[in-house]
Amino acid sequence: MSDEEDDIVLSELSNEELVQQMHDDLYDGLKDEILEGVDILLGRGWEPYKVLTEALVEGMRIVGIDFRDGILFVPEVLLAANAMKGGMGILKPLLAETGAPKQGKMVIGTVKGDIHDIGKNLVSMMMEGAGFEVVDLGINNPVENYLEALDKEDADILGMSALLTTTMPYMKVVIDEMKAKGIRENYVVLVGGAPLNEEFGKAIGADAYCRDAAVAVETAKEYMAQRLHNQ
Amino acid sequence: MRRGKTRRDRTVESISLPPESLTDEALSLRSVVIPTSPKSLPRTLLIACGALAREILAIIEINDLTGMALECLPATLHNHPERIPEAVRAKVQAARSRGIQDVHVVYADCGTGGLLDQVCEEEGVTRIAGPHCYAFFDGLDAFASRSEEEIGALFLTDFFARQFDTLLWKGLGLDRHPELLEMYFGNYDRVVHLAQTDDPVLDAKARAAADRLGLRYVRRKTGYGELNDFVTRAASS
Ligand code: B12
Repeated sequence: MSDEEDDIVLSELSNEELVQQMHDDLYDGLKDEILEGVDILLGRGWEPYKVLTEALVEGMRIVGIDFRDGILFVPEVLLAANAMKGGMGILKPLLAETGAPKQGKMVIGTVKGDIHDIGKNLVSMMMEGAGFEVVDLGINNPVENYLEALDKEDADILGMSALLTTTMPYMKVVIDEMKAKGIRENYVVLVGGAPLNEEFGKAIGADAYCRDAAVAVETAKEYMAQRLHNQ
Repeated sequence: MRRGKTRRDRTVESISLPPESLTDEALSLRSVVIPTSPKSLPRTLLIACGALAREILAIIEINDLTGMALECLPATLHNHPERIPEAVRAKVQAARSRGIQDVHVVYADCGTGGLLDQVCEEEGVTRIAGPHCYAFFDGLDAFASRSEEEIGALFLTDFFARQFDTLLWKGLGLDRHPELLEMYFGNYDRVVHLAQTDDPVLDAKARAAADRLGLRYVRRKTGYGELNDFVTRAASS
């Protein structure tokens, strides 16, 4: 970091400059600066939902693009996610009070045999940022965990993550069980994880494979719109 | 601040190193051509991950295999499996254009989700079976049968034990951001060192790695496992 950057006083920036700066700070994984930025914007009367989408979600979207393009790697993404999580910690209770738009409910988890969770956590966070309610089942989930949670939570969407070639076929086990129980059509099934691809998603009977968190959010929104339309 | 960093893809620039000058650093970061004697065109070419180079050379020597040459892609590709299939294809095609017909790929699927298999099929080359090198050193069936019991394990081979600092610690950014340790390894309970050789110095390194991660250390001698069968079969194909 250069001295020049150290001189920036966040509270002296205009709204527009501050949001730009927050995108940069998120990119650099600077959690304290993000917390400060969130407080300043709220202090200036911004709706929590506006702070979330324009400062945090948009910043994280940029991080996602550079990760996809190989400019950023996992540690930078983790740091950025950490900073965003901090900001969301402030915003979440306020969002509940102010009634941000509600998009739908997703149950998400990493499949049995797999304990990779960075990508899944990122998807959860971005889905929350986009107004979805997210129930995170964590790692190493057998089919029963998913089915139980879908039922109990009255969810709209099932999300499954796998990072291992040995565990990705388990997604089909879950989908087949949903079919056997006659409940497959009640849910939108989204799958993701680095070794997957579109073809695989189709082959196992998922509704969509999502390359990254941004695509996951867009896809989930599209399906929710369709569901409302069909009701 | 976005600094307009661009990715330098060094997988294309090869360096040539004879077996006695090989370094783990080079095998991690560079494409390495390992010339074998005699200098005439080899009959069989192995295209491998740098993380397997020393083990393959040992198998060639122990079994006195002749007419084989070895070319390695950087072991860091392991963290970017999406780049592996096309990097392998380029190597296969370059070998073919030099007149080497018998080419074998010593890469597991390595998280390419079947794309490497597709390339191998298109190029008409064989690949060692298995999802990753930990599984074929351990034995595919044995590894699979222990998967539930060892769900919280981080596996190290001899190569990864030696290169722990470069590939894991620095690769995951833990040198700069040790606070990320919990986010990476919070769900892990042990390091399982799948040892190819008996080397007390290396064991100590692997144990120190486990200590740094705050995990229990388990050592399991695997020898060269199914890599031995694959390389010896390639020699007689
Ligand atoms: C970081 C990492 C680890 C960390 C995991 C830390 C953690 N808490 O998760 C550590 C070092 C601990 C680890 C351990 C292991 N790993 Co690992 N790991 C990786 C690595 C380098 C990056 C994965 C990652 O986190 N990426 C960052 C996130 C942001 O990206 P992502 O996961 O792809 O998620 C995005 C999208 O895919 C999508 N997405 C993901 N999930 C979902 C879900 C839904 C519903 C949707 C819609 C979208 C979506 O959106 C996300 C955000 O944009 C990959 C290689 C790679 N580049 O993929 C290997 C990799 C996945 N690991 C691998 C292996 C083999 C292992 C180990 C067996 C290694 C070992 N030495 O023991 C263990 C396995 C542990 C186990 N039992 O599960 C292999 C898999 C090979 C194979 N054949 O499958 C890989 C490919 C590396 C390699 N080439 O060998 N690993």
